[in-house]
Amino acid sequence: MLQTKNISASYRETVVLEEVSFQVEEGEFLGIIGPNGAGKTTLLKIMTGVKSPLTGEVMLDGKDMRSLSRKQIAQIMAVVPQSSFIPPLFTVEDVVMMGRYPHQRSRFTITKEDNEVVKDVIQKIGITLFGSRFINELSGGERQEVIIARALAQKPKVLMLDEPTASLDIKHQMKILGLVKMLVKEDGITAIMVIHDLNLAARFCQRLILLHNCKIHSHGKPEDVLTSQNLKEVYEVDAEVNYNTSIDSLQIVVKE
Amino acid sequence: MKSKQSFILTILLVGLIISCILAIMIGPVFIHPAVVVKIWLHKLLGGLIQPDWTAIQETIVVDIRTPRVILSMLVGMGLAISGTAMQGLFRNPMAEPYVLGMSAGAACGASLAIVLGIGKIFGVFSIPAMAFIGATITIFVVYNIAKTDGKVPTETLLLSGIAVGFFLYAVVSFLKLIAPDAVLRNVVLWLMGSFAMAGWTDVKLVILPILCGIVIIYFLCRELNILQFGEETALHLGIEVETVKRILLVFSALITAVCVSVSGIIGFVGLVIPHIIRFIIGPGHHILLPASALAGGIFLILCDILAKTVSQPVELPIGIITAGIGAPYFVYLLRRRKKAISWW
Ligand SMILES: Nc1ncnc2c1ncn2[C@@H]1O[C@H](COP(=O)(O)OP(=O)(O)O)[C@@H](O)[C@H]1O
Ligand SMILES: [Mg+2]
Repeated sequence: MLQTKNISASYRETVVLEEVSFQVEEGEFLGIIGPNGAGKTTLLKIMTGVKSPLTGEVMLDGKDMRSLSRKQIAQIMAVVPQSSFIPPLFTVEDVVMMGRYPHQRSRFTITKEDNEVVKDVIQKIGITLFGSRFINELSGGERQEVIIARALAQKPKVLMLDEPTASLDIKHQMKILGLVKMLVKEDGITAIMVIHDLNLAARFCQRLILLHNCKIHSHGKPEDVLTSQNLKEVYEVDAEVNYNTSIDSLQIVVKE
Repeated sequence: MKSKQSFILTILLVGLIISCILAIMIGPVFIHPAVVVKIWLHKLLGGLIQPDWTAIQETIVVDIRTPRVILSMLVGMGLAISGTAMQGLFRNPMAEPYVLGMSAGAACGASLAIVLGIGKIFGVFSIPAMAFIGATITIFVVYNIAKTDGKVPTETLLLSGIAVGFFLYAVVSFLKLIAPDAVLRNVVLWLMGSFAMAGWTDVKLVILPILCGIVIIYFLCRELNILQFGEETALHLGIEVETVKRILLVFSALITAVCVSVSGIIGFVGLVIPHIIRFIIGPGHHILLPASALAGGIFLILCDILAKTVSQPVELPIGIITAGIGAPYFVYLLRRRKKAISWW
């Protein structure tokens, strides 16, 4: 579904990514982890076509990203950015409707399909209750749900998320990640998510990429990537990795 | 919500018509509103109405006051809508075409024409033509200074507009310094803006570019709404941000240059009107753009009535009126409703 080939990137003189290649299959939930400054956001910017790589290419749905217009990209891929600026006085419905932009042909009218998609998405995310409220008056978690709803209104095949749970409480973290997991499972969406919390990464993602020193340090199933040795090498911490049967997932405990 | 919006638009439309009639009634010679309407209908419908007014009244209404009202309406609409577009594009309450150095460019072009007689090939249009050229060159220069790697970062654009503006005003000051006294007065008056000399030729000159510009900006209202969420979000949602930015800049610049070239520098319309309307109506550009245009038209027509009447028989430059009303109101907004200013 999405493939990067030998991506390198830099900001002026500083190289931040070197020869990064990987592939994400349709209906997969991939997590990108790594310490601060490892280049996760940069990699996501390149995969969304916001930043162009120094060398290498990104293939989206079998096509070279550079040959696609912004609109064509937006019809396939939706992005939930790390932090997004929220202007006042737009209602939740207005905002979700903006997700229909890449599919709208007419400049002024809204089709029946647009209305239906927006209604469905709002229902699916469970934000029906505040549909007509102003988005700037919602809490951080609720806003994030609205932004995800807007992304889903694009009817994307690929969903990109940059630390979507960074400023949320545990309840909303679980809710948002559960939602993404459900979308992957039920709708066959491909999700790529940058995330800091290793426990959540292990629990929700099917596959992980660990970035370190501009390169892919390791890549594979959570139990193969999140080993004590890798964590020591990359994060410089002593960590114990256990399997917790009650949540059916790995659990990482950092010792000193 | 929808009905509130159409209600406000209707009110503004009615207000616009009333201000037009008021502006034609009021002047050194008072003309009864019924007569105004009758003369208009007579002209529009080609003589269906039996004339019961004097020839002088007809001349005043048709040849002197109507073009003046139409011109002030068009300029008010143009300045307000390009202000709305610039504020929306840059998500900055201070943004308006004037801040991008355009008024300075126009002032510089006009001063060159008045003081040094540059642009004689344009004949009677030498001042508006030079003002237009000055404004257009300025926005082009400002835009290219700000451009890096094919992108035009908002902050850089605003800063380069301010810098170029300062430079051009220095040129204007120099021209004022070397101008003979009689010419100096003309420069100063032009810089303060006026509709005193407005005629049908001016209306014909500006109506097409201003209306075209307004229509094209309105075509981008959906993009403007999405741009409120930032340029990166707009990219993710499928907008070619740099293209949209360029179109909005070019047409706002065109509108402003055309407005300034026939009326001189009229400040505060593009700044204050969009603010007030955004405050009343909210951020949706579908309604915000037309409402600002209507309000801008009303505002400038009313200001022009004041300009004509406050100090009869001498006319005040309208720029003094708009600044005299606009600046205190802006300060009031700043103090009372900080929310309106810290919009973004
Ligand atoms: N706009 C920028 N200009 C210069 N350097 C940047 C910029 N953005 C990020 N960097 C640098 O690139 C590296 C990777 O950053 P980033 O991709 O944001 O990391 P992460 O998201 O993994 O924390 C960091 O060293 C950071 O300092
Ligand atoms: Mg980051």
